[in-house]
Amino acid sequence: MSPRITAAVALRVLTQLRRDHRTAAMLLVLPTLLMSLLWWMFVDLPGAGFSALGPALLALVPFIVMFLVTSVTTLRERTSGTLERLLVMPMGKLDFLLGYLVAFGLVAALQSAVAVGTCVWLLDLRVVGSAWLLLLVAVVDAVLGTALGLLVSAFARTEFQAVQFMPAVVIPQILLCGLFVARDQLPRALEVVSDVLPLSYAVDAMQAVATSTDPVWGDVGVVAAYAVAAVALGALTLRRQTA
Amino acid sequence: MMKNAVVARRLCVTRGGNPVLRDLDFEVAAGSVTGLLGPSGCGKTTLMRAVIGTQRITGGTVEVLDERAAAPALRHRVGYVSQAPSVYDDLTVRENLRFFARVLGVPRERVDACVATVALGDHADRVVARLSGGQRSRVSLAVALLGEPDLLVLDEPTVGLDPVLRVELWSTFHRLAEAGAAVLVSSHVMDEAARCDRLLLMREGTLLADDAPAALLRRTGAPDVEHAFLSLVGAGA
Ligand SMILES: Nc1ncnc2c1ncn2[C@@H]1O[C@H](COP(=O)(O)OP(=O)(O)O)[C@@H](O)[C@H]1O
Ligand SMILES: [Mg+2]
Repeated sequence: MSPRITAAVALRVLTQLRRDHRTAAMLLVLPTLLMSLLWWMFVDLPGAGFSALGPALLALVPFIVMFLVTSVTTLRERTSGTLERLLVMPMGKLDFLLGYLVAFGLVAALQSAVAVGTCVWLLDLRVVGSAWLLLLVAVVDAVLGTALGLLVSAFARTEFQAVQFMPAVVIPQILLCGLFVARDQLPRALEVVSDVLPLSYAVDAMQAVATSTDPVWGDVGVVAAYAVAAVALGALTLRRQTA
Repeated sequence: MMKNAVVARRLCVTRGGNPVLRDLDFEVAAGSVTGLLGPSGCGKTTLMRAVIGTQRITGGTVEVLDERAAAPALRHRVGYVSQAPSVYDDLTVRENLRFFARVLGVPRERVDACVATVALGDHADRVVARLSGGQRSRVSLAVALLGEPDLLVLDEPTVGLDPVLRVELWSTFHRLAEAGAAVLVSSHVMDEAARCDRLLLMREGTLLADDAPAALLRRTGAPDVEHAFLSLVGAGA
């Protein structure tokens, strides 16, 4: 592993994003637009609907977006032969993976900063804990999305297949994360499943920051541990030699 | 006596249950251009991937620059150009080369030198997606030249290029060989054979001949390599 090479990969991924104006613009403003939509839905209703659901959505959006963007970009890297080329160069597998994590982590930080800022200052999202912590949880979520995207791209041969992993991997997590039915009221079997899905912890962390000043390091740690595990498994799928 | 950059003994590769390379013995000498010629599907790409170490082999040995093929130490010393250009379409020529230069840890000056070698100076700041197929494959070639490799493995690098450029590239290959590199170039176009110092003629996963072009013509009494190929196939049948 070499910081020089990791940085080279991150820089290159960011340059590619910058070149694609439409994707870059969507990455920056789409989450904020979605948050605004959610706010608008509740504007005429009594109660704190936006503040109840907003934090969870702040956790979901960067996760989903980074999952999709990463699985498609790395699949492209596999099919275009650039990955094979890099692996016959002095490129460590972790250099490759961490380069992507750093690049998309930075994009996620920017993206979430705009979304969290808009929610807190313009849309009056009620946050009892620190807004910085909200941002941090969003970034860790995005890193998890990136790590899972890197992993699943190994199991897709085409971009169509890669995109299909989004409903397969992401939607069950959204359904079971406690947003629709509180996790402790799920049937026992589903509660157990929900307990092993990383997004559940991400949403818990977001909600904890929004409603209390309790520490959330436990939940954040679980999400980060899943990201590390996904990267480790991703490294196993990068093969220097094929049959 | 030229030193061998590649020595393969009884090399066998099976892909998807089918034997693709069958018991190949061959060498690639340093300081010369070796042509790997044969019809499409005969196993040229598989052989080259076995040499650079990305193809799992099922039998025999491949030694590259005195190491086992795929040894980590070779990653700085072998340049490979795959058949389909493997560069980033959404980056400019220069951005592509800068990135790979950083990965290889070679100085920035190499970028401009390699862009010039493949005659893309006028297009250095153009996005690769907006280049022609031939120009794109030259970007891919330039990447392989960055690290001044001791062994250069080029999979059909001249396909689709205009004849003038093709001649220029062949003289580039010879210049690199004169500087001491071993150059292994594949082609399915037999008329490129005459430009090689040595030929490996391949068909259906076996080598028909391993000879200098002139010696091959003399031995087979054929007027050109295409006919030599035919007479060798006839002799084998
Ligand atoms: N991924 C693969 N799986 C199974 N067989 C393959 C694969 N790639 C190529 N082959 C087979 O290996 C043989 C040699 O292919 P290749 O090395 O690409 O030939 P060439 O480069 O000379 O056109 C062909 O018969 C082809 O069908
Ligand atoms: Mg081929």
